[in-house]
Amino acid sequence: MKNAIIVDEKDNVATALDDLEPGDVVRAGFGDKAVEIRMKGEVKYGHKFALSRLAKGEHVIKYGETIGQMDADVDRGEHVHVHNMLGLRATGEP
Amino acid sequence: MEVSGYPRPDGSVGFRNHVAVLSSVGCANDITLRLGRMHPNVLTLTQREGCAQLGEDKEQTTRTLVGLGRNPNLAAVLVVGLGCESITSDYLANEIARSGKPVEHLIALEEGGLKPSLAKGTRILDRMIREASRIQRVPCGLEHLTLGIKCGLTDTTSGLSANPATGLAADRLIDAGGRVIFGETPEVIGAEHILARRAASPEVKDKLFRLIAQCEERVRATGTDIRGANPSPGNIAGGISSIEEKSLGAIKKGGSRTLQGVLAYGQIPNGQGLFFMDGPGRTPEALTGLCACGAQVLIFPTGKGSPGGAPLAPVIKVTGNPRTAEFLADHIDLDVSGIIKGGASLEESGERIFQELLAVASGKATKAEALGLGGISIWTIGSPM
Repeated sequence: MKNAIIVDEKDNVATALDDLEPGDVVRAGFGDKAVEIRMKGEVKYGHKFALSRLAKGEHVIKYGETIGQMDADVDRGEHVHVHNMLGLRATGEP
Repeated sequence: MEVSGYPRPDGSVGFRNHVAVLSSVGCANDITLRLGRMHPNVLTLTQREGCAQLGEDKEQTTRTLVGLGRNPNLAAVLVVGLGCESITSDYLANEIARSGKPVEHLIALEEGGLKPSLAKGTRILDRMIREASRIQRVPCGLEHLTLGIKCGLTDTTSGLSANPATGLAADRLIDAGGRVIFGETPEVIGAEHILARRAASPEVKDKLFRLIAQCEERVRATGTDIRGANPSPGNIAGGISSIEEKSLGAIKKGGSRTLQGVLAYGQIPNGQGLFFMDGPGRTPEALTGLCACGAQVLIFPTGKGSPGGAPLAPVIKVTGNPRTAEFLADHIDLDVSGIIKGGASLEESGERIFQELLAVASGKATKAEALGLGGISIWTIGSPM
Protein backbone atom coordinates (compact mmCIF):
# COMPACT_ATOMS: atom_id res chain seq x y z
CA MET A 1 0.00 0.00 0.00
CA LYS A 2 1.16 3.53 -0.69
CA ASN A 3 2.00 5.80 2.23
CA ALA A 4 1.56 9.30 3.56
CA ILE A 5 2.51 10.96 6.84
CA ILE A 6 0.51 13.10 9.26
CA VAL A 7 2.86 15.29 11.31
CA ASP A 8 0.57 16.33 14.19
CA GLU A 9 -2.77 15.00 15.39
CA LYS A 10 -4.38 18.42 14.84
CA ASP A 11 -3.43 18.37 11.12
CA ASN A 12 -6.10 18.35 8.40
CA VAL A 13 -3.62 17.52 5.61
CA ALA A 14 -1.17 14.63 5.12
CA THR A 15 2.08 14.56 3.11
CA ALA A 16 2.46 11.93 0.36
CA LEU A 17 5.44 9.58 0.65
CA ASP A 18 4.74 8.03 -2.75
CA ASP A 19 3.41 9.39 -6.02
CA LEU A 20 -0.35 9.00 -5.58
CA GLU A 21 -2.98 8.49 -8.29
CA PRO A 22 -6.76 8.95 -8.10
CA GLY A 23 -8.31 5.76 -6.74
CA ASP A 24 -5.22 4.73 -4.77
CA VAL A 25 -5.95 3.70 -1.19
CA VAL A 26 -3.29 5.35 0.95
CA ARG A 27 -2.18 4.65 4.49
CA ALA A 28 -1.70 8.02 6.21
CA GLY A 29 0.25 7.38 9.39
CA PHE A 30 0.64 9.40 12.55
CA GLY A 31 3.04 7.61 14.90
CA ASP A 32 1.54 4.16 15.52
CA LYS A 33 -1.90 5.19 14.30
CA ALA A 34 -3.05 5.38 10.68
CA VAL A 35 -6.07 6.14 8.56
CA GLU A 36 -6.83 4.82 5.09
CA ILE A 37 -7.86 7.32 2.47
CA ARG A 38 -9.01 6.84 -1.11
CA MET A 39 -7.32 9.45 -3.29
CA LYS A 40 -9.46 11.79 -5.40
CA GLY A 41 -6.63 13.56 -7.16
CA GLU A 42 -3.06 13.06 -8.30
CA VAL A 43 -0.60 13.99 -5.54
CA LYS A 44 3.16 13.82 -6.11
CA TYR A 45 5.72 12.72 -3.53
CA GLY A 46 6.06 15.37 -0.83
CA HIS A 47 2.81 17.14 -1.74
CA LYS A 48 -0.22 17.41 0.54
CA PHE A 49 -3.80 16.18 0.41
CA ALA A 50 -6.87 16.83 2.53
CA LEU A 51 -7.69 14.41 5.33
CA SER A 52 -11.27 15.64 5.41
CA ARG A 53 -13.48 17.89 3.31
CA LEU A 54 -12.05 21.44 3.57
CA ALA A 55 -14.21 24.45 2.74
CA LYS A 56 -13.03 27.72 1.21
CA GLY A 57 -11.80 29.97 4.05
CA GLU A 58 -10.90 27.09 6.34
CA HIS A 59 -7.40 27.08 7.84
CA VAL A 60 -4.97 24.44 6.62
CA ILE A 61 -3.21 22.80 9.58
CA LYS A 62 0.18 21.05 9.40
CA TYR A 63 2.72 20.62 12.22
CA GLY A 64 -0.33 21.41 14.40
CA GLU A 65 -0.12 25.03 13.18
CA THR A 66 -1.84 27.16 10.55
CA ILE A 67 0.04 27.10 7.24
CA GLY A 68 -2.60 28.97 5.24
CA GLN A 69 -6.23 29.13 4.23
CA MET A 70 -8.27 27.29 1.59
CA ASP A 71 -9.18 29.39 -1.44
CA ALA A 72 -11.55 26.70 -2.78
CA ASP A 73 -13.47 23.72 -1.44
CA VAL A 74 -11.69 20.36 -1.62
CA ASP A 75 -12.77 16.82 -0.82
CA ARG A 76 -10.96 14.31 1.33
CA GLY A 77 -8.11 12.86 -0.76
CA GLU A 78 -7.68 15.91 -2.99
CA HIS A 79 -4.39 17.75 -3.60
CA VAL A 80 -3.92 20.87 -1.41
CA HIS A 81 -1.31 23.25 -2.79
CA VAL A 82 -0.76 26.73 -4.23
CA HIS A 83 -3.62 26.32 -6.74
CA ASN A 84 -6.27 26.10 -4.01
CA MET A 85 -4.70 27.44 -0.80
CA LEU A 86 -3.27 30.82 0.19
CA GLY A 87 -0.60 31.79 2.66
CA LEU A 88 -1.82 34.27 5.28
CA ARG A 89 1.53 35.97 5.96
CA ALA A 90 3.68 38.34 3.89
CA THR A 91 1.09 38.38 1.13
CA GLY A 92 1.84 41.97 0.12
CA GLU A 93 -1.58 43.12 1.34
CA PRO A 94 -1.59 46.31 3.44
CA MET B 1 34.70 15.03 23.19
CA GLU B 2 37.49 16.55 21.16
CA VAL B 3 38.18 17.73 17.66
CA SER B 4 41.40 19.11 16.25
CA GLY B 5 42.12 22.47 14.76
CA TYR B 6 44.65 25.20 14.11
CA PRO B 7 45.26 27.51 17.09
CA ARG B 8 45.03 31.24 16.31
CA PRO B 9 46.74 34.12 18.16
CA ASP B 10 43.47 35.37 19.72
CA GLY B 11 42.74 31.98 21.32
CA SER B 12 40.24 30.92 18.67
CA VAL B 13 40.68 27.77 16.59
CA GLY B 14 40.48 27.35 12.84
CA PHE B 15 39.16 24.07 11.48
CA ARG B 16 40.70 24.88 8.14
CA ASN B 17 44.01 26.63 7.55
CA HIS B 18 43.45 28.85 4.54
CA VAL B 19 45.50 31.79 3.37
CA ALA B 20 43.06 34.14 1.65
CA VAL B 21 43.26 36.99 -0.81
CA LEU B 22 40.21 39.22 -0.34
CA SER B 23 38.94 42.12 -2.48
CA SER B 24 37.95 45.18 -0.46
CA VAL B 25 35.92 46.32 -3.48
CA GLY B 26 34.50 44.78 -6.64
CA CYS B 27 36.87 46.82 -8.80
CA ALA B 28 39.84 44.95 -7.29
CA ASN B 29 38.50 41.53 -8.31
CA ASP B 30 40.67 41.20 -11.42
CA ILE B 31 43.82 41.57 -9.32
CA THR B 32 42.50 39.20 -6.65
CA LEU B 33 41.61 36.59 -9.28
CA ARG B 34 45.04 36.78 -10.90
CA LEU B 35 46.78 36.46 -7.54
CA GLY B 36 44.59 33.44 -6.87
CA ARG B 37 45.67 31.87 -10.17
CA MET B 38 49.31 32.44 -9.30
CA HIS B 39 48.76 30.67 -5.95
CA PRO B 40 46.28 27.84 -6.52
CA ASN B 41 46.22 26.87 -2.83
CA VAL B 42 45.15 30.32 -1.75
CA LEU B 43 41.46 30.94 -1.15
CA THR B 44 40.40 33.57 -3.69
CA LEU B 45 37.68 35.76 -2.18
CA THR B 46 36.23 38.15 -4.73
CA GLN B 47 33.09 40.15 -3.98
CA ARG B 48 31.19 42.92 -5.73
CA GLU B 49 30.51 45.49 -2.98
CA GLY B 50 32.71 47.96 -1.07
CA CYS B 51 32.05 51.27 -2.78
CA ALA B 52 29.31 53.86 -3.34
CA GLN B 53 27.31 52.43 -0.44
CA LEU B 54 25.59 54.51 2.22
CA GLY B 55 24.54 54.23 5.86
CA GLU B 56 23.43 50.85 7.13
CA ASP B 57 24.20 49.25 3.79
CA LYS B 58 27.84 50.31 3.99
CA GLU B 59 28.03 49.32 7.65
CA GLN B 60 26.66 45.87 6.86
CA THR B 61 29.13 45.26 4.03
CA THR B 62 32.01 46.46 6.23
CA ARG B 63 30.92 44.25 9.14
CA THR B 64 30.63 41.27 6.80
CA LEU B 65 34.07 41.75 5.20
CA VAL B 66 35.73 42.20 8.60
CA GLY B 67 33.91 39.14 9.96
CA LEU B 68 34.96 37.02 6.99
CA GLY B 69 38.57 38.13 7.43
CA ARG B 70 38.49 37.35 11.14
CA ASN B 71 37.00 33.89 10.66
CA PRO B 72 39.42 31.50 12.42
CA ASN B 73 39.50 29.25 9.33
CA LEU B 74 41.74 31.91 7.74
CA ALA B 75 45.36 31.73 8.89
CA ALA B 76 46.36 34.91 7.07
CA VAL B 77 44.70 37.44 4.79
CA LEU B 78 45.88 39.72 2.00
CA VAL B 79 43.32 42.47 1.34
CA VAL B 80 43.41 43.95 -2.16
CA GLY B 81 42.00 47.42 -2.67
CA LEU B 82 41.88 49.83 -5.55
CA GLY B 83 42.51 53.02 -3.58
CA CYS B 84 39.38 55.03 -4.38
CA GLU B 85 36.73 52.88 -2.66
CA SER B 86 34.79 53.83 0.47
CA ILE B 87 35.52 50.62 2.41
CA THR B 88 39.28 50.83 2.16
CA SER B 89 41.71 47.94 2.21
CA ASP B 90 43.78 49.49 5.01
CA TYR B 91 40.69 49.89 7.21
CA LEU B 92 39.67 46.27 6.59
CA ALA B 93 43.23 45.01 7.14
CA ASN B 94 43.47 46.88 10.47
CA GLU B 95 40.12 45.57 11.68
CA ILE B 96 40.92 42.00 10.66
CA ALA B 97 44.38 42.25 12.25
CA ARG B 98 42.76 42.84 15.67
CA SER B 99 42.38 39.04 15.70
CA GLY B 100 46.19 38.85 15.81
CA LYS B 101 46.55 36.89 12.57
CA PRO B 102 48.95 38.07 9.83
CA VAL B 103 47.09 40.56 7.62
CA GLU B 104 48.49 42.77 4.86
CA HIS B 105 46.94 44.92 2.20
CA LEU B 106 47.88 46.50 -1.08
CA ILE B 107 46.37 49.45 -2.92
CA ALA B 108 46.50 49.01 -6.69
CA LEU B 109 46.41 52.72 -7.52
CA GLU B 110 49.35 53.37 -5.19
CA GLU B 111 51.38 50.43 -6.53
CA GLY B 112 51.06 51.54 -10.17
CA GLY B 113 48.23 49.32 -11.40
CA LEU B 114 47.95 45.65 -12.15
CA LYS B 115 51.49 44.38 -12.74
CA PRO B 116 53.22 45.98 -9.72
CA SER B 117 50.24 44.91 -7.57
CA LEU B 118 50.68 41.32 -8.70
CA ALA B 119 54.42 41.49 -8.00
CA LYS B 120 53.84 42.78 -4.48
CA GLY B 121 50.86 40.53 -3.82
CA THR B 122 52.65 37.38 -4.84
CA ARG B 123 55.59 38.17 -2.53
CA ILE B 124 53.18 38.64 0.39
CA LEU B 125 51.22 35.47 -0.39
CA ASP B 126 54.42 33.40 -0.77
CA ARG B 127 55.40 34.38 2.74
CA MET B 128 51.91 33.87 4.20
CA ILE B 129 51.57 30.40 2.65
CA ARG B 130 54.93 29.24 4.03
CA GLU B 131 54.17 30.63 7.49
CA ALA B 132 50.66 29.13 7.61
CA SER B 133 51.99 25.74 6.54
CA ARG B 134 53.91 25.48 9.81
CA ILE B 135 50.76 25.67 11.96
CA GLN B 136 49.80 22.16 13.12
CA ARG B 137 46.41 20.82 14.15
CA VAL B 138 46.09 20.31 17.90
CA PRO B 139 43.27 18.68 19.91
CA CYS B 140 40.70 21.13 21.25
CA GLY B 141 37.31 21.14 22.92
CA LEU B 142 33.99 21.83 21.22
CA GLU B 143 33.72 25.23 22.90
CA HIS B 144 35.94 26.44 20.03
CA LEU B 145 33.49 25.30 17.35
CA THR B 146 30.86 27.61 15.88
CA LEU B 147 28.44 25.74 13.65
CA GLY B 148 26.40 27.63 11.06
CA ILE B 149 23.14 26.06 9.86
CA LYS B 150 21.24 27.00 6.74
CA CYS B 151 18.64 24.93 4.92
CA GLY B 152 18.30 25.13 1.18
CA LEU B 153 16.11 23.95 -1.67
CA THR B 154 13.58 22.85 0.87
CA ASP B 155 10.89 20.36 0.04
CA THR B 156 8.39 18.75 2.36
CA THR B 157 10.95 16.12 3.46
CA SER B 158 13.10 18.92 4.96
CA GLY B 159 10.84 19.76 7.89
CA LEU B 160 10.20 16.07 8.58
CA SER B 161 13.73 14.67 8.43
CA ALA B 162 16.90 16.60 7.50
CA ASN B 163 15.99 19.76 9.48
CA PRO B 164 14.95 18.10 12.77
CA ALA B 165 17.91 15.66 12.57
CA THR B 166 20.25 18.63 12.06
CA GLY B 167 18.53 20.28 15.03
CA LEU B 168 19.43 17.29 17.21
CA ALA B 169 23.09 17.61 16.14
CA ALA B 170 22.89 21.34 17.02
CA ASP B 171 21.54 20.46 20.48
CA ARG B 172 24.43 18.00 20.99
CA LEU B 173 27.01 20.64 20.09
CA ILE B 174 25.44 23.22 22.40
CA ASP B 175 25.30 20.70 25.26
CA ALA B 176 29.03 20.05 24.68
CA GLY B 177 29.78 23.77 25.06
CA GLY B 178 29.72 24.83 21.40
CA ARG B 179 27.95 27.59 19.57
CA VAL B 180 25.30 27.35 16.86
CA ILE B 181 24.08 30.13 14.56
CA PHE B 182 21.14 29.79 12.22
CA GLY B 183 19.16 32.40 10.35
CA GLU B 184 16.98 33.19 7.32
CA THR B 185 14.52 35.74 8.70
CA PRO B 186 11.78 35.24 6.06
CA GLU B 187 11.77 31.56 6.99
CA VAL B 188 10.63 32.28 10.50
CA ILE B 189 7.45 34.06 9.34
CA GLY B 190 4.56 32.01 10.69
CA ALA B 191 6.75 30.13 13.18
CA GLU B 192 8.14 33.02 15.25
CA HIS B 193 5.79 32.29 18.18
CA ILE B 194 7.41 28.85 18.55
CA LEU B 195 11.00 30.14 18.38
CA ALA B 196 10.17 33.04 20.73
CA ARG B 197 9.16 30.62 23.51
CA ARG B 198 12.84 29.65 23.74
CA ALA B 199 14.20 33.21 23.96
CA ALA B 200 16.64 33.71 26.85
CA SER B 201 15.10 37.11 27.73
CA PRO B 202 12.25 39.45 26.78
CA GLU B 203 14.85 41.53 24.88
CA VAL B 204 15.81 38.58 22.70
CA LYS B 205 12.14 37.83 22.05
CA ASP B 206 11.38 41.47 21.15
CA LYS B 207 14.35 41.62 18.81
CA LEU B 208 13.21 38.48 17.02
CA PHE B 209 9.65 39.81 16.60
CA ARG B 210 11.06 43.14 15.37
CA LEU B 211 13.13 41.43 12.68
CA ILE B 212 10.11 39.47 11.46
CA ALA B 213 7.98 42.63 11.40
CA GLN B 214 10.66 44.47 9.39
CA CYS B 215 10.92 41.58 6.97
CA GLU B 216 7.15 41.49 6.43
CA GLU B 217 7.19 45.27 5.98
CA ARG B 218 9.78 44.91 3.20
CA VAL B 219 7.47 42.43 1.46
CA ARG B 220 4.47 44.73 1.96
CA ALA B 221 6.40 47.66 0.43
CA THR B 222 6.71 45.69 -2.81
CA GLY B 223 2.95 45.10 -2.89
CA THR B 224 3.51 41.49 -3.94
CA ASP B 225 3.06 38.13 -2.25
CA ILE B 226 6.25 36.57 -0.86
CA ARG B 227 5.10 33.27 -2.34
CA GLY B 228 7.05 32.62 -5.54
CA ALA B 229 10.16 34.33 -4.11
CA ASN B 230 10.02 32.40 -0.86
CA PRO B 231 8.85 29.66 -1.05
CA SER B 232 10.76 29.61 -4.34
CA PRO B 233 9.47 27.86 -7.47
CA GLY B 234 11.72 24.93 -6.50
CA ASN B 235 10.21 24.75 -3.00
CA ILE B 236 6.70 24.87 -4.49
CA ALA B 237 7.58 22.07 -6.91
CA GLY B 238 8.71 20.14 -3.83
CA GLY B 239 5.28 20.52 -2.22
CA ILE B 240 5.72 23.61 -0.01
CA SER B 241 2.55 25.73 -0.29
CA SER B 242 3.23 28.82 1.85
CA ILE B 243 5.93 30.67 3.77
CA GLU B 244 4.28 29.49 7.01
CA GLU B 245 4.66 25.85 6.00
CA LYS B 246 8.27 26.41 5.01
CA SER B 247 9.04 28.26 8.26
CA LEU B 248 7.49 25.64 10.54
CA GLY B 249 9.86 23.09 9.01
CA ALA B 250 12.81 25.47 8.71
CA ILE B 251 13.05 26.44 12.40
CA LYS B 252 13.56 22.78 13.31
CA LYS B 253 17.14 22.99 12.01
CA GLY B 254 18.04 25.22 14.99
CA GLY B 255 17.22 22.45 17.47
CA SER B 256 15.51 23.00 20.79
CA ARG B 257 17.92 24.86 23.06
CA THR B 258 17.52 28.36 24.54
CA LEU B 259 17.90 31.19 22.03
CA GLN B 260 20.70 33.27 23.58
CA GLY B 261 20.75 36.15 21.15
CA VAL B 262 19.67 37.70 17.85
CA LEU B 263 22.51 38.93 15.65
CA ALA B 264 22.74 41.41 12.82
CA TYR B 265 23.86 39.90 9.52
CA GLY B 266 27.55 39.00 9.84
CA GLN B 267 27.79 40.03 13.52
CA ILE B 268 30.21 37.98 15.62
CA PRO B 269 28.34 36.77 18.74
CA ASN B 270 29.51 36.83 22.34
CA GLY B 271 28.96 33.75 24.46
CA GLN B 272 28.05 30.15 23.77
CA GLY B 273 24.79 28.48 22.84
CA LEU B 274 22.23 29.18 20.15
CA PHE B 275 22.01 32.42 18.12
CA PHE B 276 19.75 33.65 15.32
CA MET B 277 21.25 35.80 12.53
CA ASP B 278 19.13 38.27 10.55
CA GLY B 279 19.31 37.82 6.79
CA PRO B 280 17.68 36.45 3.68
CA GLY B 281 17.11 32.80 2.90
CA ARG B 282 18.95 33.01 -0.41
CA THR B 283 21.82 30.56 -0.15
CA PRO B 284 24.98 32.52 -1.10
CA GLU B 285 24.06 35.48 1.13
CA ALA B 286 22.99 33.25 4.03
CA LEU B 287 26.19 31.17 3.95
CA THR B 288 28.37 34.28 3.59
CA GLY B 289 26.67 35.88 6.62
CA LEU B 290 27.17 32.77 8.77
CA CYS B 291 30.88 32.65 7.84
CA ALA B 292 31.18 36.35 8.75
CA CYS B 293 29.62 35.54 12.16
CA GLY B 294 32.56 33.17 12.68
CA ALA B 295 31.09 29.79 11.72
CA GLN B 296 33.97 27.43 10.91
CA VAL B 297 31.75 24.54 9.78
CA LEU B 298 28.31 24.66 8.17
CA ILE B 299 25.49 22.14 7.93
CA PHE B 300 23.10 22.48 5.02
CA PRO B 301 19.98 20.33 5.26
CA THR B 302 18.28 20.15 1.87
CA GLY B 303 15.24 18.60 0.26
CA LYS B 304 15.64 18.67 -3.48
CA GLY B 305 19.40 19.20 -3.18
CA SER B 306 21.59 22.11 -3.95
CA PRO B 307 25.10 22.28 -5.33
CA GLY B 308 27.27 25.10 -4.07
CA GLY B 309 29.48 25.74 -1.10
CA ALA B 310 30.45 28.50 1.30
CA PRO B 311 33.28 31.02 1.01
CA LEU B 312 35.66 29.71 3.67
CA ALA B 313 34.07 26.88 5.60
CA PRO B 314 33.20 23.28 4.80
CA VAL B 315 29.50 22.65 4.15
CA ILE B 316 27.94 19.32 5.13
CA LYS B 317 24.94 18.63 2.88
CA VAL B 318 22.25 16.48 4.45
CA THR B 319 19.08 15.27 2.76
CA GLY B 320 16.08 13.28 3.91
CA ASN B 321 14.78 12.87 0.35
CA PRO B 322 15.88 9.45 -0.97
CA ARG B 323 15.60 10.60 -4.60
CA THR B 324 17.91 13.55 -3.96
CA ALA B 325 20.40 11.35 -2.09
CA GLU B 326 20.66 9.14 -5.16
CA PHE B 327 20.32 11.71 -7.95
CA LEU B 328 22.66 14.33 -6.45
CA ALA B 329 25.09 11.90 -4.83
CA ASP B 330 28.01 14.11 -5.96
CA HIS B 331 26.75 16.86 -3.65
CA ILE B 332 25.14 15.09 -0.70
CA ASP B 333 27.34 14.17 2.26
CA LEU B 334 24.73 12.45 4.39
CA ASP B 335 21.57 10.58 3.44
CA VAL B 336 19.06 10.55 6.31
CA SER B 337 16.11 9.38 4.20
CA GLY B 338 15.72 6.41 6.54
CA ILE B 339 13.83 8.76 8.88
CA ILE B 340 10.84 8.85 6.52
CA LYS B 341 11.37 5.55 4.64
CA GLY B 342 11.98 3.65 7.86
CA GLY B 343 15.24 2.06 8.90
CA ALA B 344 16.76 4.94 10.87
CA SER B 345 15.29 6.95 13.73
CA LEU B 346 15.52 10.71 13.97
CA GLU B 347 17.83 10.28 16.98
CA GLU B 348 20.21 7.92 15.14
CA SER B 349 20.30 10.29 12.18
CA GLY B 350 21.01 13.28 14.42
CA GLU B 351 23.91 11.36 15.97
CA ARG B 352 25.28 10.52 12.49
CA ILE B 353 25.18 14.22 11.57
CA PHE B 354 26.92 15.15 14.82
CA GLN B 355 29.68 12.57 14.25
CA GLU B 356 30.13 13.85 10.68
CA LEU B 357 30.40 17.39 12.07
CA LEU B 358 33.24 16.29 14.38
CA ALA B 359 35.00 14.46 11.54
CA VAL B 360 34.69 17.43 9.16
CA ALA B 361 35.85 19.87 11.83
CA SER B 362 38.94 17.70 12.31
CA GLY B 363 39.77 17.75 8.62
CA LYS B 364 37.53 15.41 6.60
CA ALA B 365 36.73 17.12 3.29
CA THR B 366 33.07 17.60 2.43
CA LYS B 367 31.84 17.08 -1.13
CA ALA B 368 31.50 20.83 -1.75
CA GLU B 369 35.09 21.26 -0.56
CA ALA B 370 36.38 18.46 -2.76
CA LEU B 371 34.74 20.20 -5.73
CA GLY B 372 36.09 23.60 -4.68
CA LEU B 373 32.65 25.21 -4.53
CA GLY B 374 31.79 28.49 -2.80
CA GLY B 375 32.15 32.24 -2.98
CA ILE B 376 31.18 35.47 -1.25
CA SER B 377 27.82 37.10 -1.80
CA ILE B 378 27.02 39.88 0.68
CA TRP B 379 23.45 40.81 1.61
CA THR B 380 23.10 44.43 0.51
CA ILE B 381 20.27 46.52 1.95
CA GLY B 382 20.63 49.63 -0.18
CA SER B 383 21.16 50.65 -3.75
CA PRO B 384 24.69 51.67 -4.85
CA MET B 385 24.99 55.38 -5.56
